[in-house]
Amino acid sequence: MNNTENRKQKTENRVLLSHGAGGKEMATLIERVFLNCYGPPDYAGDDSATLELGAHRLAFTTDSFVVDPLFFPGGDIGRLAVAGTVNDLLTAAARPLVLSASFIIEEGLEIEVLSRIAASMEETAREAGVAIVTGDTKVVPKGAADKVFITTAGLGLVLKEGVSGAAVRPGDAILLTGSVGDHGAAVMLAREKLLEGASMESDAAPLTELVINLLQAGVDVHAMRDPTRGGVAAALNEIARQSRVSMEIQEDQVPVKPAVAAVCEALGLDAFQVANEGKMLIFVAPQDALKALALAQQSPYGREARIIGEVGSGLPGRVTVRTVIGTARILDPPMGELLPRIC
Amino acid sequence: MKFIDEFRRKDLVQAVVRRLRELAAPAVIMEVCGTHTMSAARFGLKSLLPEPVKLISGPGCPVCVTDQYDLDKFLALGDQPHTVLASFGDMLRVPGTHTSLEKQRAQGADVRFVYAPLDAVDLARREPDKQVVFFGVGFETTMPTTALALKSAGASGLDNFTLFCVHKTMPAALRALLDSGEIKVSGLLLPGHVTTIIGSEAYEFIPRDFGVPGAVTGFEPLDILLGVEAILRQLVEGRPRVDNVYPRAVQVQANPQAMALLEEVFEPDDALWRGLGVIPGSGVRIRDRYRHFDARTRFAPILAQVPPPPPSACRCGEVLRGVLPPKQCPLFDKACNPSHPLGPCMVSGEGACAAVYRYER
Repeated sequence: MNNTENRKQKTENRVLLSHGAGGKEMATLIERVFLNCYGPPDYAGDDSATLELGAHRLAFTTDSFVVDPLFFPGGDIGRLAVAGTVNDLLTAAARPLVLSASFIIEEGLEIEVLSRIAASMEETAREAGVAIVTGDTKVVPKGAADKVFITTAGLGLVLKEGVSGAAVRPGDAILLTGSVGDHGAAVMLAREKLLEGASMESDAAPLTELVINLLQAGVDVHAMRDPTRGGVAAALNEIARQSRVSMEIQEDQVPVKPAVAAVCEALGLDAFQVANEGKMLIFVAPQDALKALALAQQSPYGREARIIGEVGSGLPGRVTVRTVIGTARILDPPMGELLPRIC
Repeated sequence: MKFIDEFRRKDLVQAVVRRLRELAAPAVIMEVCGTHTMSAARFGLKSLLPEPVKLISGPGCPVCVTDQYDLDKFLALGDQPHTVLASFGDMLRVPGTHTSLEKQRAQGADVRFVYAPLDAVDLARREPDKQVVFFGVGFETTMPTTALALKSAGASGLDNFTLFCVHKTMPAALRALLDSGEIKVSGLLLPGHVTTIIGSEAYEFIPRDFGVPGAVTGFEPLDILLGVEAILRQLVEGRPRVDNVYPRAVQVQANPQAMALLEEVFEPDDALWRGLGVIPGSGVRIRDRYRHFDARTRFAPILAQVPPPPPSACRCGEVLRGVLPPKQCPLFDKACNPSHPLGPCMVSGEGACAAVYRYER
């Protein structure tokens, strides 16, 4: 092998930040490394696994949090760590029950910082109706981690069977519980100290009440996904591929806060691709769409809920947007690293 | 949002589309600017144009026209100890011959992304034991901010900041493109942002010397359609000129403060463009006064060891000259896609292939 090939080989075989961005590269890495070794036979690509246990069906999920900065307007790493795992359980139509919380802490972190994070986790867990029942603490030498990384895992009780990204059908209404891009925009501004004076808050929140209300009211939900990294664009594309359906989204129905729209314009970002941490995409049978919308809007985290589009039977996996001027375009999942360490 | 929402109004768009139908005649209109290309694709504007009117992409994506050799040289500096490669985020995934900034970073190079050239100067101030090299990419729109950065570095007497200058200027490139006669364009949508700096008078040679209509155009859907309308109207009237359909930002005269800054820091030079080769007078070099901030001078011995890039299968050059539409490139969505780009047009936020891949595939 000559030098050039050698060097190329070396870079092709390394993990890049884009492998963690929630887009196509991450899917490729997961397939190539993890699914290849230990993927479950019924792996569907959902955010939670579901397991039969006696008469019950449990949802099980885990998530790691590496956000920088630790505290940002509207939330902190602790609130994210609880809300993120709770919301992933909810996507399986499960009532979240218990969480674990593991900490990798960099030597030198102020204990006061850790206490504030723990208090925020407790508060968020209470709001979400879950208990943190087990955990682990590791400290690594300065530089071996950045401040603190948190991993949570969660168990939930499945209330409605068969809710999966693979269960969406043509005709389903696509409900979005609020504005897009709030979390990503808020963290980026806090980190990069851009547009000082702009007020922007992360939407980080557990959506237990909103989702459980829908399920208990008997709404025929087919799939749910919280559009975190990669935003609504990534989540819609994943589900379109899982269910082998097409989707059409009405751009003028997707709420974007003016400040978020301004940040996206200024930085050349697409709000559809920016992360959310307190929103849910809910795919509902058409006859239940209005009922679901009304219920969602009753929740404090769903006041801005909208029906943003419809599932179709066109080219499988194809998501299109009807733009504000009435034309059509593709909604592609984001490529590459948009913003590392967003959650 | 003010100055945006009103230029995305459906009723106004439809009114212009009706007028375009009346003016429709066979025409090939080049979007000179990559931001036009991206916006036209994002809003699906091609579907609104009358059949005989075609939009094609041009050379106005600064990341894309950065020559491979220049990029390879900049990337090579990342192998030097205590060296920070500072760049705009757009360059992240653009493939050099052997590597990219993204891959350099994964291999341990110190790569930082900045939103403004002054941020790179701040970086140099904060980290005096590092050599910060900023990759100055962009047309006249971004050049004044780079000029400011050099002035700021000069005022602080920094000895650990340099500029790797690959800035380019638009008018000379347009002249070269039209001179070559390789592609027959009926009119040019001229770049609105560049023109806020250089003024619309900078394009007077286009109708005068080439008989080609031009319209200085903004970036919202209504702006672009108004630009197309202006060009079609000039064609119908048989009177080519430079119209300004972006009056909310652009004037006939150049921006005097910005031009004074450029004049102080840079002087005109020939520049190497991907796909277009060396174009006389289409770039700048750092004036003697600021020459100690020139990375090409400070790191000359290292840069001299970087070999010229071997021939590549990439056909971005033809895409940038407007002779190869992205979908007709045999590599498009096959060997070349955003995960494995063979050239910059597939990964730049203003790249013609990226626009088609993202929105029109």
